[in-house]
Amino acid sequence: MLEAVDLACERGGRSLFRGLSFALRGGELLRVAGPNGSGKTSLLRILCGLLPPTTGAVRWEGTEVRRLREEYSKQLVYIGHAAAVKDDLTAAENLRIACTLAGHRVSPRRIQQALDSFELADLPVKRLSQGQRRRAVLARLVVSDSLPLWLLDEPYAALDAAAGRLVEELIDGHVARGGAVVFTTHQDTRVRASRVIDLDA
Amino acid sequence: MLEAARCIVVRDLLVAWRRRSDVATTLLFFVIVTSLFPLGIGAEPDLLRSIAPGVIWVAALLSCMLSLGRLFAADHADGTLEQLLLSSEPLGVIAAAKALAHWLVSGLPLVLIAPLIALQYDLAAPLYPVLALSLLLGTPVLSLIGAIGAALTLGLRGGGVLLSLLVLPLYVPVLIMGAGSVDMAAAGLAADGQLLLLAALLVVAAAFAPWAIAAALRISME
Repeated sequence: MLEAVDLACERGGRSLFRGLSFALRGGELLRVAGPNGSGKTSLLRILCGLLPPTTGAVRWEGTEVRRLREEYSKQLVYIGHAAAVKDDLTAAENLRIACTLAGHRVSPRRIQQALDSFELADLPVKRLSQGQRRRAVLARLVVSDSLPLWLLDEPYAALDAAAGRLVEELIDGHVARGGAVVFTTHQDTRVRASRVIDLDA
Repeated sequence: MLEAARCIVVRDLLVAWRRRSDVATTLLFFVIVTSLFPLGIGAEPDLLRSIAPGVIWVAALLSCMLSLGRLFAADHADGTLEQLLLSSEPLGVIAAAKALAHWLVSGLPLVLIAPLIALQYDLAAPLYPVLALSLLLGTPVLSLIGAIGAALTLGLRGGGVLLSLLVLPLYVPVLIMGAGSVDMAAAGLAADGQLLLLAALLVVAAAFAPWAIAAALRISME
């Protein structure tokens, strides 16, 4: 499904990684490890097509993702470092907008279910705590089960144990369904990655 | 495709509604600047009548510039811009929707309030529709061209100054034709020529600016 060929990344004149190649099939879970500043976020941004690699290519079903653009975007969920929610809108409004922009129709009932599973109140996001904000972003995973590729940058950051377990379950469920997941984390996690890429090595 | 565009427009209007003070700032700026001129220059009707189109147009242009900085900066800061770039629709459509929302929030109010402002300058009654029409055609062009500059200067230090340097030269034709159309009408001539040129500018900007904005956004987000 997803294929990276000889990726190299330079940021600010410093080489973060080079010669990185891997292929990811459905039902596989790839964990990107490495210390702060080793290029984990850059790698994820390259994989979703936001950042062009210095050399090499990322291919989806054999075609380069920079050429596929929105055809590729339709297949993936990218949860980045930043919250990606509008402070003045409620969690439900944010989730509905994110789904509409991602091009999949989700019924109001499913949105409510997603928010309920993360125990989110219907408040403007600016009144929520950092962890609740993160929950509001991750609620998107509940309604994104039909998208084959999940790219998650530090999904466990700022989450409490209960929400962390919920995210683990969601990731496990997605992999069991045959979806592919790439994620980065510093925390210990129970999900068993089928492959680990260590950017420090 | 239209669903995503509508979603962006509704989202931006909703955010603007919940942050009404931001919207009021640009409108208030326009009202204050245009109200200060008659006070500073004095109540000489002929003079006021002759400077009215230029002053109102310059104020509209500056108040549009005032709000441009926020156009993409807020989305950039909270990370939603990344999600817009990863949306399922062509980025040009998203960019056009952003520019439209910007015009609805900061351009359309100017068009509506301009006739009221024109009262202070004792503008002749037949000129009101010409003034409103010139602003109606011209302010969307300001939003579209301004959005290109806003996308290019995204995340730069001192981006505000750079933005005005980039965008102001491109605003000059709109200013000349906008103010010129009202001047022509005031001189008793037909203003059609200038208004049609403004309309042509709008068509060209609407066709090409969204793709330029999209390209600029991609460069800025790398």
